[in-house]
Amino acid sequence: MADYKWPDAQHRTLIGTRQSRLDGPVKVSGRAKYTYDQNPKGLLAGAILRCPHAHAKVVSVDTSAAEKIPGVKAVQVLQGPGKEVHWAGDEIVALAAINEGIAEDALRAIKVQYEVLPHFVDDATEPKSAAEETGPLALDDLINMFSNQVPEPQISSTVQKRGISFPVTDDLVKRMRSFNVGENVIKALQSAPQKSPESTRSPFKKSAVNVTGDPDQAFKTAEATSEGLYGVPVITHCCLEAHGVIAHWPDAEHLETQVSTQNVCGMPDQIAQALTGIGIPISASNIRNRQQHVGGGFGSKFAADRWSLAAAQLSKKAGGAPVKIMLDRRAELEVAGARPSAYAHVKLAAKKDGAITAWDSQSWGTGGPLGGNMPPIPYIFTEIPHQRKQHISIATNIGPARAWRAPNHPQAAVLTMCAIDDLAARLGMDPFDVFLKNLPLTPRANVYEAELRKADELMQWKKRWHPRGDESSGPMKRGLGLSIHTWGGRGHQGAGDLTIHPDGTVEYRSGTQDLGTGTRTAIAMVIGETLGLPLNAITVKIGDTNFPHDGGSGGSTTIGAVSAESRRAATDALNELLAKVAPTLGVAPDQLEALYGTIRVKDTQGKSITWKKACSMLGATGVTAHGQNPDPSKPPDLTNSGVGGAQMADVSVDVETGIVRVNKMVAVQDCGLIINLKTAESQCYGALIMGISYALFEEKIMDPTTGRMLNPNMQFYRLAGYGDIPELVVHMMTGPGYDERGVIGLGEPPVVSPGAAISNAVANAIGVRVPFLPITPDRVLAALEKKGGAA
Amino acid sequence: MPDDESKQGVSRREFLKISAITVSVPAVIGPTVLEVGGEEIPVYGPGKTPITLTVNGRRYTADLEPRVTLLDALRDSFDLTGAKRVCDRAECGACTVLLDDRPVYACAVLAIDAQGRNISTVEGITSGDALHPVQHAFVANDAQQCGFCTPGFVMASYALLKHNPNPSPEQVAKGLGGNYCRCGTYYGMRGAIGQMTGQRSTVGLPQSEVLTDRETDRPTDQGGA
Ligand code: FES
Ligand code: FES
Repeated sequence: MADYKWPDAQHRTLIGTRQSRLDGPVKVSGRAKYTYDQNPKGLLAGAILRCPHAHAKVVSVDTSAAEKIPGVKAVQVLQGPGKEVHWAGDEIVALAAINEGIAEDALRAIKVQYEVLPHFVDDATEPKSAAEETGPLALDDLINMFSNQVPEPQISSTVQKRGISFPVTDDLVKRMRSFNVGENVIKALQSAPQKSPESTRSPFKKSAVNVTGDPDQAFKTAEATSEGLYGVPVITHCCLEAHGVIAHWPDAEHLETQVSTQNVCGMPDQIAQALTGIGIPISASNIRNRQQHVGGGFGSKFAADRWSLAAAQLSKKAGGAPVKIMLDRRAELEVAGARPSAYAHVKLAAKKDGAITAWDSQSWGTGGPLGGNMPPIPYIFTEIPHQRKQHISIATNIGPARAWRAPNHPQAAVLTMCAIDDLAARLGMDPFDVFLKNLPLTPRANVYEAELRKADELMQWKKRWHPRGDESSGPMKRGLGLSIHTWGGRGHQGAGDLTIHPDGTVEYRSGTQDLGTGTRTAIAMVIGETLGLPLNAITVKIGDTNFPHDGGSGGSTTIGAVSAESRRAATDALNELLAKVAPTLGVAPDQLEALYGTIRVKDTQGKSITWKKACSMLGATGVTAHGQNPDPSKPPDLTNSGVGGAQMADVSVDVETGIVRVNKMVAVQDCGLIINLKTAESQCYGALIMGISYALFEEKIMDPTTGRMLNPNMQFYRLAGYGDIPELVVHMMTGPGYDERGVIGLGEPPVVSPGAAISNAVANAIGVRVPFLPITPDRVLAALEKKGGAA
Repeated sequence: MPDDESKQGVSRREFLKISAITVSVPAVIGPTVLEVGGEEIPVYGPGKTPITLTVNGRRYTADLEPRVTLLDALRDSFDLTGAKRVCDRAECGACTVLLDDRPVYACAVLAIDAQGRNISTVEGITSGDALHPVQHAFVANDAQQCGFCTPGFVMASYALLKHNPNPSPEQVAKGLGGNYCRCGTYYGMRGAIGQMTGQRSTVGLPQSEVLTDRETDRPTDQGGA
């Protein structure tokens, strides 16, 4: 078997260069066809009637008038009498008509009666009286404990004491073992008392206290302590291409879909299971899903969603005609993606020199009707010796949470990095020094140190930093803030096929998707590098379940996967080709290399044949090789996990109006071996901009009276615009020490720090913490007032 | 292909409905002309009415209800899907097209009202397969990720530079201020506009990135991982 590795720096021709994305031209010319743009013959317009109440029971649904409207082709009740609806905007009835106008008319003709139930949408107020949970643990609670690294003996004793309300299946045991869960915990689970889940009426679920070391003692003997309140509200994904789908049945047994998705190959399984469950039996192998371009996902487009099933149901009823359902903007913002909130009181204890000794946090937040998890705090500084943490998860009728770019990390960064920044202010120290001082409490101290120092150089932090509160006269106050972050990002399991045709053309096929991260381009670069060919000699075909199965694009796992898969396939195919041409050149295959469009003998001048000529020796079918990135239980070779980054923000705050402006941001980021430097930097620029957006503007504002979102549009759900963008400096850590780690994902990490860095910069400017994001003018003014005047 | 849409006429029933409420029955199906305060105002609908649009210098016809927007007419009837529907209420700019050389939100213009005007869309500013320099600058500066907002920004930039080839940064911010991008590609756009206006030293952007798109020098760092 071939040995797969990346070429070293001297032998790279494409990898690590800046290449314009291959699908740039079709995107800038409007020729790129997204799901929304598909207009197949006989297309029916699908539309959905949504529940106007945040919490209600469906009493009756009358669709008869709608069905009689000429042009209406199919009506499907999605949630009929008796169904309980837990958020406003949830789907009740879907229908399909010959055009959108008629579909909308028909929606208006449907009569639904609801029994309105009480709702709860307040997640920001601290739930003071919530009692600690004593009932049996749900599976979610267990996963929560795992993800918060609760010590295993503590998990075992909690499991034994409270019992569990879920079965410990073989599958679960297998999964736990694959994540290295200890046998003691598994034994404790298997012998734990089985209890039925308690039906609690309270929206609050308080976790058990999670203690490490002796926090009481540490706080008592601390040389310094600081405490603060921090929070990040629920925000939405607001994909510009709304969620949606086109579905049609070419015959009674086969379904074809075009889901706007981050997970092309995940769709058939999900859809088959769900359709079978509602009486339309179909196997996943009879479903084909395709997508060439997707207009944003950010974590919200992994599931098939009810509208995909509805489109399939409507199409079936309409004789197989294609049905398109795209969410309108209101629905997109109300139901198609919410990032969980997180709020916390955090106390820190430290020595006089800034070394942190203890952490105490009381946190709360919501992820919608199911409550939610505690973010991973203390973030990165996980080795703080003494810790006490307790979290209250709040079930709300805000709408279901979905993964949002770097799930839980931006929240954890705000709760942690802002607390450390406040500690530094308390100690009268530069936070840069306090961060450096505490890097031994992080898993990758030397990398963070290198990154912080590089960021200092690019921001001139040390030269420009002033103690908290800009003393200069006038209403404009300037300040600096910083934060660090981490992410995993190892390539997921998946595959692709590479064919070298006898005419010398090269084609690669994989079921992956390009979210705008540059996946296509990266694949072509890896193959071009491996085969010694220019980029335009490679045809990359993706986004079709007829191609080899690849994983969803989430958790920054795509680049590691597709680069490893294509490198393997290209290496194997090339080796076959070299074996074929070796006799002609009179050397052993391992004496040959592919470079600059030729196959040539290594280390000799002149002895070579052209790529085309070499390929003509392949016979009629050419050669096809299958490249498979192994599953995560195997040690990685071409990809890896674990990246870091440091970011700094420079802001100006007008203390008369409360308006914050970011002047400059610096991002220093490592991610192993970089395939395409240009698109890698774009990920960082984009993340900084998205970060400015959620730091200053974004919030899903809920009306406590109606339980509905007050700003489900792009006028009042404000995104950062062109004019909000400051000077941005991105520096990628590459070269020795980084490159040889292999390829690691980059989508998530740079979006983690901006909220914390900007919040810290604002505090540095005005002399007081604005506790919650987004840092809107009213919040700035309120914080200043509480502090007692301008900075 | 664009003319195919005109085959469907207004049904007899709709025709009668139209006649019943109109002042004078027109000889051809089209707007009724009402006289209001001495001014002649065409009244369309309520059924389908034939409309003719001039898009990228070409005539397109279709029978559409008066409520259909220019955006939906372009996308659904003429398969010009470059302009995107994102907010459908004049907030985001994804649907930006030019009406007589001025950028408008196509979702906020009725198709019937765009008749007789010159409409240009993102599809129309390429010549054959050759990108317009604005489009090329967008590609070279990586001013797109998912690309869904991109046609709108390309048209906003194209209109801005057409009327003001040398805009100040404030004028650029204003010219692109009617559009939103979720992926955060504004920085690439800044580079693209900088390249177009010859302002190579755009703030914070390394010289090399503005000038070329096949840059191969790589900043390197020593350091452990
Ligand atoms: S779709 Fe027209 S402005 Fe948003
Ligand atoms: S590139 Fe995705 S919205 Fe702008």
